[in-house]
Amino acid sequence: MKKILVVLLFTSVLLAGLVSCKKDSGTIKIGVAGAHSGDLASYGLPTVKAAELVAEMYNANGGVLGKQIELVIEDDVCKPEVATNTAAKLVGEGVVAVVGHICSGATKAALGIYKDEELITISPSATNPPLTKSGDYPNFFRTIAPDDAQAQVEVDFVADVLDLKKVAIIHDKGDYGKGFATFCQDMLNDKGGIEIVMFEGIQVGAVDYSAIINKLGASGADGVIFGGYHPEASKLISQMKKKKIDIPFLSEDGVKDDTFIKVAAEFAEGVYATGPVDTTSNPMAIKAAEDHVAKYGEEPGAFFLNAYAATVALLNAIEKAGSTDFDDISAAMKSEYVETPLGKISFDKAGDAIGVGFAVYQVQNGAFVELK
Amino acid sequence: MNLEYFFSLFLGGMTRGSIYALIALGYTMVYGIIKLINFAHGEIYMIGAFTALIIGGALSLTSMNPVAIFIIAAIVAIVYSAAYGYTIEKIAYKPLRNAPRLSALISAIGVSIFLQNYVLLSQTSDFLPFPNLLPEFGFLKPVENFLSTTQFLILLSTAVVMILLTILIKFTKMGKAMRATAQDQQMAQLVGINVNRVISMTFIIGSATAALGGVLITTHIGQINFYIGFIAGIKAFVAAVLGGIGSIPGAVLGSFVLGLTESFGTGYISSDYEDAFAFIILILILIFKPSGLLGRKENEKV
Repeated sequence: MKKILVVLLFTSVLLAGLVSCKKDSGTIKIGVAGAHSGDLASYGLPTVKAAELVAEMYNANGGVLGKQIELVIEDDVCKPEVATNTAAKLVGEGVVAVVGHICSGATKAALGIYKDEELITISPSATNPPLTKSGDYPNFFRTIAPDDAQAQVEVDFVADVLDLKKVAIIHDKGDYGKGFATFCQDMLNDKGGIEIVMFEGIQVGAVDYSAIINKLGASGADGVIFGGYHPEASKLISQMKKKKIDIPFLSEDGVKDDTFIKVAAEFAEGVYATGPVDTTSNPMAIKAAEDHVAKYGEEPGAFFLNAYAATVALLNAIEKAGSTDFDDISAAMKSEYVETPLGKISFDKAGDAIGVGFAVYQVQNGAFVELK
Repeated sequence: MNLEYFFSLFLGGMTRGSIYALIALGYTMVYGIIKLINFAHGEIYMIGAFTALIIGGALSLTSMNPVAIFIIAAIVAIVYSAAYGYTIEKIAYKPLRNAPRLSALISAIGVSIFLQNYVLLSQTSDFLPFPNLLPEFGFLKPVENFLSTTQFLILLSTAVVMILLTILIKFTKMGKAMRATAQDQQMAQLVGINVNRVISMTFIIGSATAALGGVLITTHIGQINFYIGFIAGIKAFVAAVLGGIGSIPGAVLGSFVLGLTESFGTGYISSDYEDAFAFIILILILIFKPSGLLGRKENEKV
């Protein structure tokens, strides 16, 4: 009796597995992964909203390949160890492609899984260069320029516009922050004429940063480049200003977030940060922002347009490819130009977007303003 | 390098050490009395900071004097956190007092996770700015290069807390009861000490000092989020172990050693290894003095 029961149970489990595999739901599932909670949720949530808006738009016009788009949204809290689970979940859900992840570290961790499953992955914000340039991930695309493009803009600005002679570089030891800091260091060394007086990592979440600030003051730097995210940046800049160390503070996209201005308040004034070129005059970008306000009742957040462009590029490629097959979509991504809120873009062999770049911004009167 | 730089680092290290000390006191007092490592203690510090932020933020909308706002916010935060400490002990530790020590430890970790997520859900996951309430003290002008107003305040408050605590423990009846309970709970009970009250009092005092630390650090750093208690708690725990867990002067000494090590390590070597220095010191001290700097040797009873 017991044996029969076991056999019955076993077969029913097997059958259930088969059924769920064969189930054709009549929709095209797109995964959306990134930080949707925790410290860095403000980077990840706008992507979810962008994907929702694009999917809604396509669905209203009959979907893609005659099928409706269904989004599968999963949180990775920006942590590599969580991202692998997120990826496995999305694979289990049967998605055909993924928009995400948000943070470079988490993206890298998840990419291996997507690669094995032959899933196109397109990130609106993961800027770590080797993700594309190493050639390890033929399934990876992104609608944001990689960090070294950003570092180049930053270094040119430091040398040509601010004309600094002694620069201190501080980073948060993370993939993104340290990566950026190292590019800046290499490029400054190549350029010559600028001395790097300090290159150090800080502990994320430390009780205070007075020691490193003292060291910065003693180093005689006439400018500081920071690689990392906004919570550390706002602590550093406010402690610097309180210590009366009044030198230009330059950072990158991880700091160019309104939360930074909100938290650092008056200390944020004058801070430079590089970020994607302003596309607010692009009609598609304007419409996307209006739709966002209409649906969610607030202005879109960080990487919203990149995510919007990523989703549009992906769905367009699926449509043009005429299938959800990996090779077809991949080929379409690289050959087709598509109209997005970032302008007309396509992708190069490595997976980087052609037609997307960086500019320098400065906090002026409580808002980031692009410097021309 | 020059002397001013040395002093800046020294005072920076002392400031950090003071914050660690205010938190470490709670760890060490609780351990001294009920042999429990109260992992929820870092969260009390975070709740103190949050309460001060909420009260301070609300009152700064009125036209009150900023210093008065700061003092009110600090007092409310301390009282509120002390109430948390008291309640946590009653709910999570008291029922487990005669259970194996591991059970109470797991309960402490549970409380810690609960409180973090409770603040995350009821407040926000974002970093929040703390209003700048304190004026620059005029008399600090000559030394402002290496001692800021908030740093001065942190050092001063810590010193006052240490003195008050010493008086409390050495010279009051409650202090005597605490020492007796720490030595032998059962015997203390036999001679008529209300052990439950003593333990509650320990949690209240420990939570109050941690909350004070939280309030001071928010004014110093200017921002907080729900997660600040974790790292500060771990560091303070290391400080308490370093000084000899269970010993109050030990916790203070351990905190200053830790703060100064981190500060000088960063200043003269590299901040890349800030945490590494902290733990190297811990390992070295524990190799040579396993019970910590001022810890009592535990004699195993046969």
